[in-house]
Amino acid sequence: MLRKLHRLPGLVAALFLVVLATSGVVLSVVPALERSAAIIPATGEISIAELTERIVAHYPGAEQIESSLSGRVVVYYSRDGQPGADLVNPLTGAGIAPYQPSAWLQWVKNLHRSFLMDDAGRMLAGVLAVLMVMICLSGMSLLVRRMGGWKAILRPIAGSGSPRIHAELARLAVIGLLLSALTGSYMSALRFGLLPEGGNAEPSFPAQVSGGAPAPAGSLNALKKLDANELRELVFPYPGDPTDVYSLRTIHGSGFVDQSSGELLQYQPRSAGSQFQHWMIRLHTSEGLWYLGLLLGMAALTVPVLSFTGLRIWWQRRLSVVRPLESASIEVAEVVILVGSEGNSTWGFAGDLQSELNQAGKKVHCASMNDLAEHYPRASVLFVLTSTYGDGDAPSSANQFMTRLERFQKHDGLKFVVLGFGDQRFPKFCQFALNVDAALSSKGLQQMHPVTRINRSSTTQFREWGEVINEHMGVSLVLTHKPEPPVVSDFELVERVDYGAAVNAPTSILRFKPVHSDRKLWQRLSHRNRSLQNRQHLQDFEAGDLFGVAPPGDQTARLYSLASSASDGLLEICVRKKANGLCSGYLHSLKPGDRISGFIQKNPGFRPAGGATPIILIGAGAGIGPLAGFIRKNTKRNPMYLYWGGRNPQSDFLYEPELDRYLTDHRLTGLNTAFSQSAERAYVQDAIVADETELRQLIEKGAQVLVCGGREMANAVRQVFDAILKPLRIDVDELRAEGRYLEDVY
Amino acid sequence: MKKILFILWLAMALPALAQARVVTFSTQLSDYGGDGAYLALYLTDADGKYHRTLWVAGEKRKYYKHLRDWARGSGLSQAEYDGLTGASLSSGRTLKVTLELEDTLIDSGYQIRDDSEVEDKRDLSSDSMVTLTAEGSGKSVSGRGYVHSFVYDLK
Repeated sequence: MLRKLHRLPGLVAALFLVVLATSGVVLSVVPALERSAAIIPATGEISIAELTERIVAHYPGAEQIESSLSGRVVVYYSRDGQPGADLVNPLTGAGIAPYQPSAWLQWVKNLHRSFLMDDAGRMLAGVLAVLMVMICLSGMSLLVRRMGGWKAILRPIAGSGSPRIHAELARLAVIGLLLSALTGSYMSALRFGLLPEGGNAEPSFPAQVSGGAPAPAGSLNALKKLDANELRELVFPYPGDPTDVYSLRTIHGSGFVDQSSGELLQYQPRSAGSQFQHWMIRLHTSEGLWYLGLLLGMAALTVPVLSFTGLRIWWQRRLSVVRPLESASIEVAEVVILVGSEGNSTWGFAGDLQSELNQAGKKVHCASMNDLAEHYPRASVLFVLTSTYGDGDAPSSANQFMTRLERFQKHDGLKFVVLGFGDQRFPKFCQFALNVDAALSSKGLQQMHPVTRINRSSTTQFREWGEVINEHMGVSLVLTHKPEPPVVSDFELVERVDYGAAVNAPTSILRFKPVHSDRKLWQRLSHRNRSLQNRQHLQDFEAGDLFGVAPPGDQTARLYSLASSASDGLLEICVRKKANGLCSGYLHSLKPGDRISGFIQKNPGFRPAGGATPIILIGAGAGIGPLAGFIRKNTKRNPMYLYWGGRNPQSDFLYEPELDRYLTDHRLTGLNTAFSQSAERAYVQDAIVADETELRQLIEKGAQVLVCGGREMANAVRQVFDAILKPLRIDVDELRAEGRYLEDVY
Repeated sequence: MKKILFILWLAMALPALAQARVVTFSTQLSDYGGDGAYLALYLTDADGKYHRTLWVAGEKRKYYKHLRDWARGSGLSQAEYDGLTGASLSSGRTLKVTLELEDTLIDSGYQIRDDSEVEDKRDLSSDSMVTLTAEGSGKSVSGRGYVHSFVYDLK
């Protein structure tokens, strides 16, 4: 529901909002420009009387003086019967230049408030402002839910690509956008009479004036008492009309001034309603508040990017919609599978389970958790496969489940199993699955097997879970989930650098370039949707993503961490040849010019946080690959420290020349190595322990740790980090929950 | 019955109509390049004293005060301009208003004036000003500001 509230107005309004925001950005600079050009007298320096006297000295035909909140003073006058308007210096009263409001800015302003379409356009702009308020509020709630509460709102945001850019930018800009949208809605409501005008009635023209001979403006008492900075507007009496008066408007109120006695007549201070209205408008236009203008402008600048990434997220979500297989009706189903899914990936697993159960001769009913029936008369097993949204909340296809469960009628012989899908690195791993499990238990249903949690769509864990289910149900399910057959492309080896042969750890850095062939193009055209995704993958990959390769005669692809990004134009992996390793042996046998087939798989969970967050990279052996890629990309020179362990500096110091270069140009802040087959006989964890104090300080400053390499090394590193973190009263698990301790382990 | 009453009314009204003239007032705006202008078209006596409102272009009453002389003269009382208002006028466009005026107003020194205002620009009282005479019919006069030309036609 919340997502719908965010998505629908977003889709409808995206294009118009981009126009509103872009024109808003242009207008946001105006107050600052006006302020920089303005000459503003110090408070108490000159009175309105003095200002008027000086201006009249230069402009005997002055008819009206206007002073804007940004300090611009304009005189309107007639000279030889011709009207004119000049900008004046308030200190001298002398003209600076003819006053001619920019036609272009006027055009932008009209585009901003009415799309150049008068009242119809104004109405549209008003509706958009209201939509924007809704988008801001629903987006804020979504973000809070995703981050796991208000307290966590400032933590680093996990993930990558459009969703992350969207969330990061929105978090920065939402206050400014909300302010602009709220005040814009208010102004529109005023304009169309939906809200009462806050202003008080205009003071009525004085019925009686002294009628004496006009005194010089500089001698008028009422004007002498007021500071020039308070003036908004002074309209002169009609020359030769003794019954006329000066009309005066200041920031505090308005009234009239007798041109002979200088008395203030019919003065009305501004009402509270008028003040409120004034400030609402000012918070929108930033008139006289140049700093606010710039802040709002910067916030508005994010709208085109937010619109684009938002549309992209929506589109990607649409592409990944999977329709459930045909399923048996509620009345006859022997097995019921309920699916709770946010991004649709859980449906894939449910589909596998369903087709296997079908093959085993079971009548299976498969539906989303929100479609929970009141009763499944023939069912003996109820499977619940669900992901978790944010901080233990239900995913969208399960948000009604708990309510519906209250009316659910169990029967004897109905057992349930819950399978949770999630990511260990997020707080409250599979929390919703745990909640569902508990709720079903407390409903009195019999648990067939305790809740199992699948980390990051692990197909291995899914298969193992299937074996457990086999035992319980007496069937033989083979749950080999293939998420989506990857589309394979050809790559040609262009370069290899070999290390480590002398220390019995032959490791090579392999660089491939993509090979384009017509056949592939044809394939792409014939599988439009999939090739669309595939093309994106080829364009988009970053260091830390995975490259899948299968050796000849083998179906199962091995995944290697990428050390390069798409922008490098090359695919770089670092591979250690394992004894009897089929795939590593194959890769090591390649010579420049040889071709292989492979695919790219995103790995958004293993990326350094953006911004100035210090990054601690830890790896051993070939695990340096993605880490070297991160350093290479660190062109912003954010603090980055590498701890790496090898065998011997003379033989397997991978990336040594590159790392030296990165140290020199400060892409890498500090390099610590440990070599196990040298005189020091040290491992990477020893290097970490040696820097204990510095590392603890970095963590305190919010640093993020990324570990890449073998499982044993990763375990050892985790142990030493737990020891390092102890004085801070936190541990690795807590860092992990905040997305500050990431592992890519094999 | 109704028909008879109507004819009767027409017969009584005709003599009154005979003492009035149909006048068309055309105000053409210059290309000042801004938002729509508010205009007040009104009659004053020879001394410039407000006599009556002919037309007000622009529908938001809160901006009427900027049509200064007219606002002062009419006291902004709604009875003065009731039924005599319309939309504001865009840059370069022409406003045509056709009304009946009593014969007594013609050649008696009465003046037709136009006050004008545009958002974010200056207000102008008596942007155009011309004395209402039979001889002046069809003779265009220029305005001082937003009004490019003004002409009235007696029929």
